[in-house]
Amino acid sequence: MASFFFRRLLSFILVLWSVVTLTFFLVRLAPGGPFSRERKIPPAIEQQLLARYKLNGSLFEQYTDYLGDLLKGDLRLSTKYRDRSVNELIGDGLPVSAALGFCAFLIATFGGILLGSVAALRQHSWLDAASMLGALALISVPTFVAGPLLALVFGLWLGWLPVGGWGQPESILLPALTLAGPAMAYVARLTRSSLLEVLSQDFIRTARSKGLADSKVVLRHALKLALLPVVSFLGPLAANLLTGSIVVETLFNIPGMGGYFVHSILNRDVFLLTGVVIVYCTLLVGLNLLVDVLYSVLDRRIQLDA
Amino acid sequence: MPSPAKSLPPPGLAQRLFKAPTAWASVVVLSLLVLSAFLGPLFLDADPHAPSSLQFSPPSSAHPFGTDVNGRDLLSRVLEGARISLLVGLSGALVSFTIGTAYGLVSGYVGGRVDALMMRTVEVLYAIPRLILIIIAFFVFDPILKKHLADLWEGRLIGYSKILILILSLGLIEWLTMARIVRGQVLALKNQQFVLAARSLGQSHLQIIFRHLLPNLLGVVVVYLTLTVPAVILDESFLSFLGLGVQPPQASWGSLLADGAQVINPVRSYWWLLIFPAVFMSATLLALNFLGDNLRDALDPRQKR
Repeated sequence: MASFFFRRLLSFILVLWSVVTLTFFLVRLAPGGPFSRERKIPPAIEQQLLARYKLNGSLFEQYTDYLGDLLKGDLRLSTKYRDRSVNELIGDGLPVSAALGFCAFLIATFGGILLGSVAALRQHSWLDAASMLGALALISVPTFVAGPLLALVFGLWLGWLPVGGWGQPESILLPALTLAGPAMAYVARLTRSSLLEVLSQDFIRTARSKGLADSKVVLRHALKLALLPVVSFLGPLAANLLTGSIVVETLFNIPGMGGYFVHSILNRDVFLLTGVVIVYCTLLVGLNLLVDVLYSVLDRRIQLDA
Repeated sequence: MPSPAKSLPPPGLAQRLFKAPTAWASVVVLSLLVLSAFLGPLFLDADPHAPSSLQFSPPSSAHPFGTDVNGRDLLSRVLEGARISLLVGLSGALVSFTIGTAYGLVSGYVGGRVDALMMRTVEVLYAIPRLILIIIAFFVFDPILKKHLADLWEGRLIGYSKILILILSLGLIEWLTMARIVRGQVLALKNQQFVLAARSLGQSHLQIIFRHLLPNLLGVVVVYLTLTVPAVILDESFLSFLGLGVQPPQASWGSLLADGAQVINPVRSYWWLLIFPAVFMSATLLALNFLGDNLRDALDPRQKR
């Protein structure tokens, strides 16, 4: 057990290091620099700016310096949002995005599993056909279509919910639904196909033949096993949802960190971007670890050291 | 129910595919879309780029989909968006298909350390958000391509440089899953007897790859290709929605949707600017996804219907 976690920690450090390195060099080597957008600045001032943000010296020196700072937990200053540190920016944005993402995650998980199980249990019925049609439709409607449409219908035409903003509990509903839609559809499809496969296995027939009620067969025996592939999808899904989405946060005016990704690339804000990537990567690896632990809980035959 | 003829060779692919009504519907929707996108402009006298004084006019007989902020006809703009989206989707998917298949074939066939290294590389690329890679590919190729296009054919193609870059960078990023699928298939195939037989007959590696492995892969790859097309269309619209993709005055579904989302406000809602591009885009993606799904079912020998 301990060796399992130790090996995972080692591989996490390796992955994080390669992703940080790659991101750093990709942004620094891409054409254009963090200060090249504005009006031509005198070279002396540019030198000062570069020195202030520790972007002077050879590329390799900058890189090793940065790794040193990272080890101390310092994500450095953002070159775009002057005088604000990346730690601060992420500290502001992450809780907002994570709260929204968590709501979306709950909707997607429970809605998806429910829809998928109903479809699988009533295979070949109209309920099955309708929910799978609905799932594919949800996948085909991207967030930047669903978001404005939901705002148009529920915010303007019906006037039930606020069109944007952050703070009141009811303003979270529309963005969370927008985010959850496609994810819920994937969960439903995975649940359905996996549950169908489990239901055709011998031990389910045994459970039925010994007189167990249908609900018990499904809930106690089938669903636990059928959720395995769903759970492994939920890890990366949660990492994606928790770090925010630029589309949903822009559409609904939410002060999260979803925009950091795109804006930091466009502004060549190398430290903000690497900071965001570190957060994303840590979440991803951490959640995947959680998935593996959950695996061994759901199916005792799976062992962590294997 | 006795499952008929499990051991017999399955009937024709097309027959199995078109048993599903959704497959029919998808084909009809897609052909209608392609026809109207490419033939529609012949019957419409509206220019998708010509502004007029008719600002925000609701749908009418002169402008069936209404007009936008500059008085441009929305129908012709939606059709232009369809042409661009289909072009980018198809060619981007083909680029990703070529790279992904080649990468997966080499990785799976060579095996050993090369395979391990190539697959770790794919995993690292997975861990970096795709958007970063796409946007960086964008910035790297933009100046290079612009320079080359200016020399070619007296610079007549320069207006299409953004579209070409979209195709290139999306194709260069979207191959990761394809490579993994192909590699898995090659690993399963390469130790089978027919490959061993080919090798013992003295066929070269290239012959084995092209004559024996590739034809056996094609089914899986084609299915995944039909699912890559909507994925690329989605990426393109997403970038255009953010203002990074197709540049005005050219229209893409993504940029039309961005315009439509902007004018949604409590005072007056210009709903047609949102609804029409949304319906076109969702219907296209839905049809492509359905087709891919049905194709996968039809090709899957384990599928019991």
